[in-house]
Amino acid sequence: MSHSSSNPTNAHGSVKSYVTGLVLSLILTIIPFGVVMSGALSVLATVVVVAVTAVLQILVQLVMFMHMSTKADEGWNVMSFVFTLTILVLVVGGSLWIMQHLHLNMMIG
Amino acid sequence: MATDTLHHSATDEPHEHHDVAGTKLFGFWVYLMSDLVIFGSLFATYAVLMKGTAAGPSAAEIFELPFVLVETFLLLFSSFTFGMGVLAMNAQRLGQVKAWLAITFVLGAAFVGMEIYEFQHLIHEGYGPDKSAFLSAFFTLVGTHGLHVTFGLIWILVMLIQLYTKGLNDMTRPRILCLSLFWHFLDIVWICVFSFVYLMGVL
Repeated sequence: MSHSSSNPTNAHGSVKSYVTGLVLSLILTIIPFGVVMSGALSVLATVVVVAVTAVLQILVQLVMFMHMSTKADEGWNVMSFVFTLTILVLVVGGSLWIMQHLHLNMMIG
Repeated sequence: MATDTLHHSATDEPHEHHDVAGTKLFGFWVYLMSDLVIFGSLFATYAVLMKGTAAGPSAAEIFELPFVLVETFLLLFSSFTFGMGVLAMNAQRLGQVKAWLAITFVLGAAFVGMEIYEFQHLIHEGYGPDKSAFLSAFFTLVGTHGLHVTFGLIWILVMLIQLYTKGLNDMTRPRILCLSLFWHFLDIVWICVFSFVYLMGVL
């Protein structure tokens, strides 16, 4: 493990990076709340806006607050995160998929 | 970044110690990834059961978005203030670290307080976790997150006590960094909660 970059938080960031993260997070919070509460867009468009801003805000916080980076830990923190994402896609996507089929086949509810 | 770390190693800690701290932090990161899988399975459960309202209320009938927005701001600002605390730690300013941690604690406690109020309000209305599959899944998911925040609050208190008795040293520094990862992680999970449970719930 190299010294200059041994873990997710060793790239400690600066006041500037934290303030940038905060401002971006505030914007990415206000947009989806505004869209949902005003009801200005169609349901489909609203779902897309909420999902996209959520993913963007997660990325902003991972990078600006948690300092996740391919440069730290020889990339192992990003690797473990990507592995976890794969598991999450399998668990969440797989559950929804199989339960919907079950639901259709059994004609319940 | 690099100069920052090198500066630390050169002034106040031997190289071996820094590697141990780095390994600890990476280990804690891996724990957070496994915690993420727990939340993932709870989100999957919620997604499967959210239509199962069993003649009880639906999500749109019980969620109050302005309330959730305030909760979101509390947690987001607490994540930011903890970041400021880590910066103060890097700058060797013990007093500021304590102050930022205390502010983070207050914001986090306000968040938990609002969540307890929301849960109590729902149960009082007769919409407790026993009412329907949707409410069981909702209380489990949001409650698990709230429980994590509560343990984070206890950890912040313990950290403040250690800062008073031991100050900043090779032992307390990695602990504060682990706690900062934990705290930021909880804010990230909350992004998924307000987006996929509350916002999409009222559509």
